[in-house]
Amino acid sequence: MIHFIFAVLIVFSTQVQAETMRLAATTSFNNSGLSDVLLPAIRMDTGLDVQLLIVGTGQAIRLGEAGDVDAILVHSKTAEAAFVAAGFGTHRRNIMYNDFVIIGPRSDPAKISEAESAVGAIQLIFEARNSFVSRGDDSGTHKKELALWSAAVLDPRHFGPWYKAVGAGMGASLNSASGLNSYIMADRASWLNFGNKGALELLFSGDPMLFNQYAYIAVNPDKHNHVNIQAARRLEQWLLSARAKSIINNYKINGEACIYLQWHALALYYIKGLI
Amino acid sequence: MNEIWAGIQEAFWLIIILDSDLIEITVRSLKVSFTALVVASALALPFGTWLAIRRFRYRRVTIAALNALMGLPPVVVGLIVYLLLSRSGPFGVLGLLFTPTAMIVAQVIIITPLIASITHQAMRELWSEYHDLLISLNTSKRQRVAALIWDGRRTLMTAALAGFGRAIGEVGAIMIVGGNIDHATRVLTTAIALETGKGDFALALGLGFVLIALTLVVNLAIHALSRTEREGTW
Repeated sequence: MIHFIFAVLIVFSTQVQAETMRLAATTSFNNSGLSDVLLPAIRMDTGLDVQLLIVGTGQAIRLGEAGDVDAILVHSKTAEAAFVAAGFGTHRRNIMYNDFVIIGPRSDPAKISEAESAVGAIQLIFEARNSFVSRGDDSGTHKKELALWSAAVLDPRHFGPWYKAVGAGMGASLNSASGLNSYIMADRASWLNFGNKGALELLFSGDPMLFNQYAYIAVNPDKHNHVNIQAARRLEQWLLSARAKSIINNYKINGEACIYLQWHALALYYIKGLI
Repeated sequence: MNEIWAGIQEAFWLIIILDSDLIEITVRSLKVSFTALVVASALALPFGTWLAIRRFRYRRVTIAALNALMGLPPVVVGLIVYLLLSRSGPFGVLGLLFTPTAMIVAQVIIITPLIASITHQAMRELWSEYHDLLISLNTSKRQRVAALIWDGRRTLMTAALAGFGRAIGEVGAIMIVGGNIDHATRVLTTAIALETGKGDFALALGLGFVLIALTLVVNLAIHALSRTEREGTW
């Protein structure tokens, strides 16, 4: 009988503890494997059961606007600013960053590994007309890629069939690039965690233009009074804590990441200060 | 070929060590699809039978529409259910988006026309056989439907199994309305899509083989329980 009461109490108490909230996060946050490390830690420290919706930045923002999630974790500064300006989010908080890299066939037919800058690299791809896979899904990575093309004064809408907009998440796009032996732009962590590299290799990185900032925005309860703003604030506080900082900074992917961590003056992921 | 072999091995290990995540998503797959099947059958079996015995003005149009709806694209169903259940949609207050209930709703919409259509085909033949008998016994409409459903139960089981097969193997709609949330709405098909996205083909394929094995087991179990393919009744 006592055992039974204990069992009931345990079940009951865990149910009380496990408060759930919904977070729409970019595909790279999940494909990099970082979410698999962070979510259990969040649950342990705050008792929050974060339900993760893996979508592109564009869709994450739509989910936030519709009030279907409590917070979003995305990486496209212009879209984020518009989201907050329209009153859908309370404020925007920089959480972490990594960088984008350009991946391509090991033989590197466009010779982008010798490029001076990211814009120079994609210009070389354009000149070689070598096949290039674009996310094409209005995600943060896609927006960054479009920004690079426009900085190179090129318009992908007029590109020939070598430019393939696959309209898929980071991992699925990398699969396409691997199958087609194409060039592609990806965030570094997703690339490192990707299991089907084939004949692809990291060819270009290190341009400051490829900086990739992730921001957290809680959905404004004034717009949608059902959102769990308390939980969203608690998660925000946790993401800014020293513990989150140490987990994110020490996150490595199968040894390969260590090399890149040492190459970079700063850690691959880094929690920015409170401001 | 190596990857297919790795997938078979992966499936074997997942089952041998009774991977807790695998069990969780398998149970959820079964729960969602079985619930959808029960709801859809409750709607479709009587409706399909009724359609077979009842003569009314727009019967042909209704049957044609029903047959066309069998090919309802799941992605479109998912999108419509999504927009209806979204917080900004008409049923937003229910808070059902990204829950197993939303997935059941989508699957019911997808499989009901399929079950109803197969039911109608089977019942039409049975009705032509039973027509004179049931009319001469002065049965009510309700009794006729019940008699046909009972005597055609084996064909109806095929209809239901076809519906179940479509529901459990479906990914487009439940990905949209369920959101593939770990420990909440992740099922076998959405997990396969996710692992494929990560480039982990062995695990994806392993889950695929588990799904195929599962549908086989379900079909065999139902056949065994309902004693088809036995002497005298085959």
